Amino acid sequence: MRHAIPIALCVALLLLPALSPSDFYVNVATQILIAAIFALSLNLLAGYGGLISLGHAAYLGVSAYLTIWFVTRSGFSHPSAAVAAVVLTTAMSVLFGILALRATGLGFLMITLALGQILWGLAYRWVNVTGGDNGLSGLQRPHLFGIDLASPRAFYLLSAAVFACAFAAMAVLVRSTFGAGLQGVRDQPRRMQALGWHVWLVRLVAFVAAGFWGAVAGVLYAYYNQFVSPHVLALTNSAEALLMVIAGGAGTLLGPVIGAIVVVMLKNVVSAYVTRWVMLLGLVFVAIVVFMPEGLVPGFDRLRLRRRASADR
Amino acid sequence: MSGEALRLEGVSKSFGGVPAVRSVSLCVVEGERRLLLGPNGAGKTTLFNLVTGDIPADFGSIRLFGREISRIRPHGRVHLGLARTYQVITLFPRDTLLHNLELALLGLSPLRFNPVALLDRRPELRERGLAVLDRVGLRAAADRRLADTSYGEQRRVEIAMALAQEPRVLLLDEPFAGLSQEERREIQHQLAAIPRRVTVVMIEHDLDVALSFAERITVLHQGQIVVEGSRAEVVADPKVQEVYLGA
Repeated sequence: MRHAIPIALCVALLLLPALSPSDFYVNVATQILIAAIFALSLNLLAGYGGLISLGHAAYLGVSAYLTIWFVTRSGFSHPSAAVAAVVLTTAMSVLFGILALRATGLGFLMITLALGQILWGLAYRWVNVTGGDNGLSGLQRPHLFGIDLASPRAFYLLSAAVFACAFAAMAVLVRSTFGAGLQGVRDQPRRMQALGWHVWLVRLVAFVAAGFWGAVAGVLYAYYNQFVSPHVLALTNSAEALLMVIAGGAGTLLGPVIGAIVVVMLKNVVSAYVTRWVMLLGLVFVAIVVFMPEGLVPGFDRLRLRRRASADR
Repeated sequence: MSGEALRLEGVSKSFGGVPAVRSVSLCVVEGERRLLLGPNGAGKTTLFNLVTGDIPADFGSIRLFGREISRIRPHGRVHLGLARTYQVITLFPRDTLLHNLELALLGLSPLRFNPVALLDRRPELRERGLAVLDRVGLRAAADRRLADTSYGEQRRVEIAMALAQEPRVLLLDEPFAGLSQEERREIQHQLAAIPRRVTVVMIEHDLDVALSFAERITVLHQGQIVVEGSRAEVVADPKVQEVYLGA
C-alpha cells in the first residue's frame, strides 16, 4: 500500500491533459502517450536487454497498416481488427527475432535495420495492398461503450488507459524474475549461460514482448491518425524512438516517457514558433549527450544525489 | 562413490590451426578432488571451456555421469549438474551480493521465465540466497553492491554462486588467484567444507593450497596430458620437474 499515493498522483497527472480546453493540446498529449508506449517497448530490448534495434518502427507500422487494412478492406469489426493486428505483428516479431538474434551488438542492429527497410520498401511498392505512396485511409473511430472516440478527449482517455496498462505490465516485467534474468543477460551473457539461463531464449522473449507492445502502440497510432503511409515504417521513425529511449534514459521505466514528451513537444509545439525545429531537436540531443550521457532520468537522479550529499556535508 | 563423474576421451581443440588441447582423455570419479596443473598456455582453462560448452570441441567425447554431453548446449549442461567459476571474476557489479546469488538460484528454477513473479516478493529465494552467503561468511554483506566489496569477497561470491546451484560436478578456475595469505586460508576452509558428494576439478597455480586439497593430479603441457597420478607420484615424476617446476 506504500505505492498508493504515488500511483494516485500519476493517475491524476495522466488525467490532467483531458481537462485542457484546447483540442490541440489534448491531441499533443495523445501523441505523447502513443510515442511513450512505443519508446517503452523499445526500451525492453535496448535498455533492459542491451540489444539496440534500428528497426522497431516495423512493429508499430505493420500493426497500424494491418488495423486499417482489416477494417477498411476486409470488413473486420474494430475489436477483431485490433486483436488480429496485434497477434499477427507479434507473430512477425517472433520470426524477426529468430533472424536478428543470430547476432548481438552491431550485427543485431544491422539485421533489424535491414528487416525494417524491407518492410518500408514493401509498403512503398506493394501498391494494391498498401496503397503505395498514398497509404491507407478511411478508418473511422468507433464508439466504445457508448462513448464516441472521434472526440479528442475520449480518445485521449482511451490512450491513457492503454498507456497505464502498458506501463504497469512493463514495470512488473522488469522487476520480475524474468526481468532480473534479462538484465543479467545484458550485463554478463556468458556468466548467465554458465548459471543455466538460456540466453538466446531470454533475448527472444524480450524481443517478442517489445514487438507486442510496439504493435499495441501501432493500433492506437492507426486510430489516432486514421491514416497510415510508408512514413510510419521509415528508418527515421525507428531512430526517433531510439532517441527517446536514450535521451530519457535507457533501462529506466520513466526515461522513455520523458524522452517521448521531449520529442513530441519539440515536434508539435516548438515547430509552431521555430521553423528549424529539427535543428533545435538536434541541439537538445547534443546537449543531453554532453551533459547527461546516461539520459535525463538517471542524470537528474545523479544531480539530486550529489546535491543531497553536499547538503549533508 | 565410485561411479564416473566426468570422462573425456580424445578431446581436441585448435584455434586457427594452433592446437590448444590435443587428444586429452581423463576420468574423474564421483566425489574426487582433482587438480589440473600446468604452465600458462597449457590448455587448462580451454579444457574447462570445452567441458562447459563455452567453446565447442573439435573432436572427442565428453561424458557427465555416463551421459554424452558434447552436443548439449552450455546452459543445458548446467541443468545436468555442472557448475563452474571463472579465473577472471565474472559477476554483476551493479547488483547486490544477494541479487547475484538469486540469479544463480533462478538459473535452475522454473521461475526464470516468469514475467509477473516479482523478484522482491520471493522470500523463499531470498532465504536460500542468504543461506548460501552464510556458508561463505558473507551473510552480513548481502545487501551491499558487489562493486563495493573487496576482491577477496568477490572471489567468495564466485564460489557461493556455483555452490548455490548444488552442482554434482564443480569446476574451479584458479579460485586463489590474486588473494592474500589470509584470504587464501578463508577460501581453503570453504573448499574443504564442500560435501563429498560433489566432484571438484580445480585449476590452481598455488601448489601449497592446491596440493593439500587434491587427491589426484593431472599435469597438462602444450595441450597434452604429461602425467596423471597421486600427489606423491606426480611430484616425484621427472617430467613434471621438467615442464612445470622449470627445473
